[in-house]
Amino acid sequence: MKARVFVTLKPSVFDPQGHTIVEALHSLGYGNVADVRQGKFFEIDLNVTERAAAEKLAADVADRVLANPVIESFRIELPEAGGNR
Amino acid sequence: MTFAVVVFPGSNCDHDAYHAAKHVLGQDARFVWHKETTLGDADVVILPGGFSHGDYLRTGAIARFSPVMAAVADFAAAGRPVLGVCNGFQILLECGLLPGAMLRNRDLKFHCEFVGVRVERTDTPFTLLCQQGQVLQLPIAHGEGNYYAPPEVVAELEAAGRVVFRYAAADGSIVDSANPNGSLNSIAGICSEGRNVVGLMPHPERAVEAMVGSADGLVLFESVVKSLASMGSHHAVAR
Repeated sequence: MKARVFVTLKPSVFDPQGHTIVEALHSLGYGNVADVRQGKFFEIDLNVTERAAAEKLAADVADRVLANPVIESFRIELPEAGGNR
Repeated sequence: MTFAVVVFPGSNCDHDAYHAAKHVLGQDARFVWHKETTLGDADVVILPGGFSHGDYLRTGAIARFSPVMAAVADFAAAGRPVLGVCNGFQILLECGLLPGAMLRNRDLKFHCEFVGVRVERTDTPFTLLCQQGQVLQLPIAHGEGNYYAPPEVVAELEAAGRVVFRYAAADGSIVDSANPNGSLNSIAGICSEGRNVVGLMPHPERAVEAMVGSADGLVLFESVVKSLASMGSHHAVAR
């Protein structure tokens, strides 16, 4: 099963890269872009077929390695139940 | 006494640290490859600067899992002196020996320059020969040295006197213009609760001889030698 992990800076943490991107967008005329937060995206291939086990494994990996809990939070996406991804 | 300089793939200040200990101070020094599981007869451990594992994932994030780090954690837990410089500091943060994390410099630029570094505390093994409030001229070379910790953690560090170094103007004043990266409270270096683990972003090992622009960093190495000698290190007494 493939899990997708999104790692982003916590809302309370200033994101210098996102800030620079939104400033660039404003200078290009995209005044309606209010904010940008940059993050990381991981696709993890798991040798697990059971959904709950896959979620637990992905969360463990994200918490211990992929994200730094001091500054980052993460979100996990698994394929839709019954899907064939 | 023996300085152990840990070498990770991508370390690039390991030889500077070795040179400072061995050739400038005349102490024993040796390299310890990150795959080793013991630190041998080390009296002090240095985690050097560089780009361990190419800074993949996050600075210091992969080095934290190197086999040698378990020995470093034991060494630190025994109250023995550990110094993390730049990437070494980032590794100490990632492995939890020091609190907090590094963000990208606030201007997103890699800063390679001399900065003023004010010594806030002289009660660590690496600063005991400093004068409180002394401003050292030390080089920095980093893109991610913007120290961050949650407000309650910063408050705790300040209350416990664990902020050891701050970026400062030449006259010692703490002003935003002297803060090269946006670090909270201009924090350039901190120590552990036991005060024996010290991490800082500036590079004392690159400032140990006047011919390279500054010898202000030497005092950190002299301090730890003195600290170990006064603790009656068996090596120090013998040598």
